[in-house]
Amino acid sequence: MAFELPALPYDYGTLEPHVDSQTMLIHHTKHHQAYVNNLNAALDKFPELKDLGLVEINKVVGTDKLPGDVATTIRNNGGGHYNHTFFWKVMTNPSNTNGPSGAVKEAIEAAFGSVDEMKAKFNAAAAGRFGSGWAWLGVKEDGSLAITSTPNQDNPLMASLPDSTPMVPILGLDVWEHAYYLKYQNRRPEYIAAWWNVVNWEQVASNFDAAKTGAVLL
Amino acid sequence: MLARGLLASARENFNALPRMSRLLSTVKLPDLPYDYGALEPYISGQIMELHHSKHHAAYVANLNKALEQQAEAEAKGDVSKIITLQGAIKFNGGGHINHDIFWTNLVPPKDFEPPTGELEALIKAQWKSLDNFISTFNAQTAAVQGSGWGWLGYNKGTGRLEIIAMPNQDPLSITGLVPLLGVDVWEHAYYLQYKNVRPDYLKAIWNVVNWKNVADRLAAAKK
Repeated sequence: MAFELPALPYDYGTLEPHVDSQTMLIHHTKHHQAYVNNLNAALDKFPELKDLGLVEINKVVGTDKLPGDVATTIRNNGGGHYNHTFFWKVMTNPSNTNGPSGAVKEAIEAAFGSVDEMKAKFNAAAAGRFGSGWAWLGVKEDGSLAITSTPNQDNPLMASLPDSTPMVPILGLDVWEHAYYLKYQNRRPEYIAAWWNVVNWEQVASNFDAAKTGAVLL
Repeated sequence: MLARGLLASARENFNALPRMSRLLSTVKLPDLPYDYGALEPYISGQIMELHHSKHHAAYVANLNKALEQQAEAEAKGDVSKIITLQGAIKFNGGGHINHDIFWTNLVPPKDFEPPTGELEALIKAQWKSLDNFISTFNAQTAAVQGSGWGWLGYNKGTGRLEIIAMPNQDPLSITGLVPLLGVDVWEHAYYLQYKNVRPDYLKAIWNVVNWKNVADRLAAAKK
């Protein structure tokens, strides 16, 4: 059973004006599609890996469970497929977004002092990631919240990579240039600031509840 | 004569003082050797303007800032601080070095000339033809994951040319190879015009490669 490009939970134009529809269209139908295609091609020779499922494939990156000749391809494309599948869901119509509440809000305040302080740290991680990568808010093994950034298509599920901060992601932001260049050009901090207007806090809360039980929602 | 002597001795005395800040060594954004629109239709004027006046300019500004902070830390003997600055120096210093080379590696299409002489001979000896060299270069460079560069470099030890990709803004010089020709494949180098289709950008750019500059760099490397 091959992996498939998931449908967006909204129209390409839904996140306007914060994320433009042309970017959403190319990002979804070209970039994410390519990760899916390349992942399927790489796993063709290794059907037992396909059976692991997307989350587990990400978790075994950097271990000897991945055969040497496809390890890098799976890291890049398995990472890319998970990351983007996750990403579409943590965004929503800007009119839907209210800010965190309940348990996740308490956890944010406990870890960072306030939601604003969390955002400041997240923004710094996102702006400070040199080259391509992602910024993440996630639940660490000890149950606490933390913020980290990863290069290229790595993510915090890839616990075996050196320098990794293993976490179950609950919120993430793509800072590859393709995620913002058409509208924001070099102005990555402007993109990051605008993106908070489309964060799907309900999904973040669901991700958090699952993560507290050790589960990775996808 | 007298003035020069005074200047030299003043400089000597100055160098004997502890450095509190950088003065003469501030890095500057170089001018482009052509207008922003000169590489059209292969690389758009909009891209060239952003690439030079925003991206390269930011590397220069951030490099200067990091070097300034390093000088201050050095003066204080704060080794930990010096160490924490190395990432910024590598990113921004590499960014500056790479783009400094890149602008000279390009030429308006009306002035394009294919490689000749020793450079042409070396390319043909190693890759059989210029076309084959370009396909090989493009295949390796298209495959760069995330942000990086494709390079044609010269190996002084073997006297051979090599194709090699580098991640992020890591300069080719850290491999020991002499950079001759670099192709930027950070998305900012092509996205506004070519979107996700990096291979189309890689096909187009060969129309504006300044082979004379590449040959000059090779000649300099062989001295």
